[in-house]
Amino acid sequence: MESILECHGLTKSYGKMYNALNNLNLFLERGQIVGLLGPNGSGKTTLIKLINGLLVPTAGEVLIKSMAPGVETKKIVSYLPERTYLNESMQISEVLDYFSDFYENFSRERAGLMLSDLQIDEQARLKTLSKGTKEKVQLILVMSRDAELYILDEPIAGVDPAARDYILNTILSNYNENATILLSTHLIHDVENVLDRVLFLKQGQLVLNATVDEIREEQGKSVDTLFREVFRC
Amino acid sequence: MPWDLDNNRPIYLQLMERIQLDIISGTYKPGDRLPSVRELALEASVNPNTMQKALAELERSGIVHSMRTSGRLITEDKSMIEQLKGELAREQIGAFLEKMNRLGFSTGEILSLIQQTVKEDD
Repeated sequence: MESILECHGLTKSYGKMYNALNNLNLFLERGQIVGLLGPNGSGKTTLIKLINGLLVPTAGEVLIKSMAPGVETKKIVSYLPERTYLNESMQISEVLDYFSDFYENFSRERAGLMLSDLQIDEQARLKTLSKGTKEKVQLILVMSRDAELYILDEPIAGVDPAARDYILNTILSNYNENATILLSTHLIHDVENVLDRVLFLKQGQLVLNATVDEIREEQGKSVDTLFREVFRC
Repeated sequence: MPWDLDNNRPIYLQLMERIQLDIISGTYKPGDRLPSVRELALEASVNPNTMQKALAELERSGIVHSMRTSGRLITEDKSMIEQLKGELAREQIGAFLEKMNRLGFSTGEILSLIQQTVKEDD
């Protein structure tokens, strides 16, 4: 299988003493939905930022489709950051223009359909939207790109269970067999049926890389239960 | 409405069981076409790869077969469906007997209890 994401000896240090990521090796194939799981401070967001070229590795390398992060990889990676970077005083329609302008693979039509599904008014300004609606809008923007790698940092935190279901369904229905989705979350119970594979990060190292059904078959327990055991405080 | 799935058991097994049940109960008739992998995955709120695996396993058992151009069809072999029905019934009865044994009933006692209960319900 062709790889979409590879990490070789990936290390990121903040200061002299602290390694947020420590010699991480990872190989992800195309065509799967992967959960990036780990307690607070385990290195999830650091890894995501390295993949998106927002941080530079201290040692090792990260490759997207065999390329180091840069202009070419940003064309094929669609990234939902933890926090919004959009200008809050923009109208949704202006944000759509902005994305159309910025990304060749952005489908304005698909975004428009999802917005009308959710009865979100394109004339509304971002700052007038509730937290949950704002998160939905951002996910719609990210999923409306025909990308090869989607990186979603906590896509369902802070929205109600019904909206969570909508977001997960949006991910499932927009996902194509050639793309890989990497999503980080603490809400394991809500997402485990949607995932092919989970990665457990612990103190900057990969401690588990297995499919959800492998875990259930071998351990007879859910990913959520296993997580609570591995990371018991 | 997502399918009701148990988080501790492999997902593909539960998807298989659910589709088998739909075949036995007649939701899908012999010779019917199954919805596409994507449609079924969305309906169940599961990953399409997992649904694909469940359908591949069902194909292996012969209860569904794939047509190159028109998706997957339910078998027209009614005896195969009957046989599956019998297997599931035996599984249910086995699980029930085990629970009753744990409660301390002998097989004879269980049988007379069942008869008594059926009579009372009539």
